[in-house]
Amino acid sequence: MKDKILLAHGSGGKLAHELVEKSFVKAFSNPFLAKLDDSAVIDISGRLAFTTDSYVVSPIFFPGGDIGKLAVFGTVNDLAMSGAHPLYLSLSFIIEEGLPLDELNQIVNSVQKAAQEAGVEIVTGDTKVVNRGSADRLFINTAGVGIIPDGVDISGSNARPGDKVLLSGTIGDHGIAVLSQREGLRFSTKLESDCAPLNSLVAEMLNASPNIHCLRDPTRGGLATSLNELAKQSKVSIRIEEEKIPVREEVLAACEMLGFDPLYVANEGKLVAIVPPEDADKVLGAMRGSHYGKSAAIIGEVRAEHPGRVAMKTCLGASRIVDMLVGDLLPRIC
Amino acid sequence: MCLAIPALIKVIEDKEAEAEIGGITRRISLWLTPEAKVGDYVLVHTGYAINILDEEEAAETLSLLEEIAGLAEEEG
Amino acid sequence: MKFVSEFRRSELAEGLISQIHRKSRTPARFMEFCGGHTVTIFRYGIRQVLPRTLDMVSGPGCPICVTANADLDKAIALSQIPEVIIATFGDMLKVPGSRSSLQEVKADGADVHTVYSTMDALRMAEENPTKSVVFLGIGFETTAPTIAASILQAEEKGIGNYYVLSMHKLCPPVLRAILDSGEVKLHGLICPGHVSAIIGSYPWEFIARDYGIPCVVSGFEPLDILQCVDMLVDQIENGESRVEIAYRRGVHPEGNQQALKLMEQVFEPCPTQWRGIGEVPDSGLKLRKKYQHFDAELAFDIDPGPAYEPVGCICGDILRGVKTPADCQLFGKACTPEHPVGPCMVSSEGSCSAYYLYGGGFEG
Repeated sequence: MKDKILLAHGSGGKLAHELVEKSFVKAFSNPFLAKLDDSAVIDISGRLAFTTDSYVVSPIFFPGGDIGKLAVFGTVNDLAMSGAHPLYLSLSFIIEEGLPLDELNQIVNSVQKAAQEAGVEIVTGDTKVVNRGSADRLFINTAGVGIIPDGVDISGSNARPGDKVLLSGTIGDHGIAVLSQREGLRFSTKLESDCAPLNSLVAEMLNASPNIHCLRDPTRGGLATSLNELAKQSKVSIRIEEEKIPVREEVLAACEMLGFDPLYVANEGKLVAIVPPEDADKVLGAMRGSHYGKSAAIIGEVRAEHPGRVAMKTCLGASRIVDMLVGDLLPRIC
Repeated sequence: MCLAIPALIKVIEDKEAEAEIGGITRRISLWLTPEAKVGDYVLVHTGYAINILDEEEAAETLSLLEEIAGLAEEEG
Repeated sequence: MKFVSEFRRSELAEGLISQIHRKSRTPARFMEFCGGHTVTIFRYGIRQVLPRTLDMVSGPGCPICVTANADLDKAIALSQIPEVIIATFGDMLKVPGSRSSLQEVKADGADVHTVYSTMDALRMAEENPTKSVVFLGIGFETTAPTIAASILQAEEKGIGNYYVLSMHKLCPPVLRAILDSGEVKLHGLICPGHVSAIIGSYPWEFIARDYGIPCVVSGFEPLDILQCVDMLVDQIENGESRVEIAYRRGVHPEGNQQALKLMEQVFEPCPTQWRGIGEVPDSGLKLRKKYQHFDAELAFDIDPGPAYEPVGCICGDILRGVKTPADCQLFGKACTPEHPVGPCMVSSEGSCSAYYLYGGGFEG
């Protein structure tokens, strides 16, 4: 019989301690966690960025990543999008009983590797086990803190008419990679999730210009939804050009097959930046020089008229409104 | 209505085929196009090949459109 | 992607657009029957690049949009039976029925699964031998042969727990009904490309012959639509009405004989209700006697209750091309893609949804 997670692993008793010590503390060894106190006690000074997110992706392993990697990078990226240097993360597992222990350990290792790549430490955590059917295998919540450097002021409400809109790379990779594994849709592709930490990319962009106005990672809802959020928050309009937006052929093909628009498909390692026009080329250069921004492009600009709207110039030279995602992305036949 | 996309038939096994659609592979049914061969492009709708695409016709259409575009340019 | 990207080339589009501008003199109204065409037209902003002489209206070519509440209520009633799995194309989930939608009953615990193909639904039936898988058979002539094939496969493999709720619709009969209603003034018809891939171009002949309306079968890329419009303009300026194919790579005049044969083998025509249009003779498909044991309506005892249509919704008029979404009091207010009232707002190919999402592009 294979080792699996039992309700007792979440009971706070002996099995729970064993799990914490054998799996978690070992993987994330750092002085804060090793103390096993009720809270991590940390000395921090400066402007603090603080964020949290929950991860419920299904399946928990997908091409190019898993729920653990996602849980670290997702929160790291949320911090990075306010210009912060991410420092410390919390990590909470909600596990459905019966999850094979080696799968949990794989996820834990993946969390550890991801934390190492992003340069953050897991300083506190929690584990709960729920009855079968009360969760879908494994849910993860992470919260994170980081420090915002002096002189950096990034917010979704900072976009100004004339600003340029930059995108760090191809869109839709994560959403399509995950979808390719979903029951009832199954197709095969070499495409992998773009799941990646964006903090070093952001650091290099800020190095090139501390005047970046907005940063956003277009996760669920895709690029279209992020641009709409920025247009609404800043009370401006955004005009993008279809032909400038990089999309991989596989993503385009899957979208054609399932009736999706790549503008609405999720990303986990991409960002949109809104930058004053005079700094756009500098920032673009910095992005292209960075590992996760190689295919960055300027995709459009910010305008004053029609505040709150996003429009796209189509390949025929006409323009159309790009709205937020409505409901779920469902494969359609027509 | 009726989304259908072009797919290239790679392998045929009985009444099904592995088809490539721009870098992704999906199993499709050939129930509606039993005459399809490996190397054919088919139109796929909900997992079924509904027709074999005619490459010659496509090329002819495109050259007609190119002619029209050339004409438009000349007249500026 | 081969056969896709070539038909999106902007320099070729420019050529067609200027040719259309040069040729079009007579004011004309074209209907794109098919929702897929509506999406291409909005997604690429095709209306904006056409001359003012040309007006485009959207027809009833979205099988989700034309599904009557009564049919949807049956699907919902089936989902309430224990041990029944509903397998459906994703489009159907959001469609509001008389009292509920599949999305809502799923949230309440009904076993509703989205599939891309009947192949996936058949596999689901094989993998769940103790349950019954009911596939919601929606779609026009393009989809109906795939459903027919799934029934024949189930028969061949002896899969006894696969059922179909047949809500199929046929296009030529409804076009005749629309044209006979006399309300719609049309000067050209953009015929559905993938329906025609199955039925060919001959079934549209009666429109050109009896009603004097030029017909051109079109593909779904922007160049396809522009080429089709160009051909319609040609016919109009020359005073002709013929059926032509602008989608020759995908459509043969005689259609796909094998697909037609399977459809004929499994289904027979029957009268059916179209939302907003009413009952149209011979425009639906029911299972032939030989395959009735696959008919979900006969296999399960359901009582869907009385159906009613939403009040104030003018989807019917919009589907007939008599009114546009802008004429509707509910449009954009009580009826939005987040909270659809009528079917045209539900499917992203519905006229209202397309108007809402892509309409009113702004210059600047």
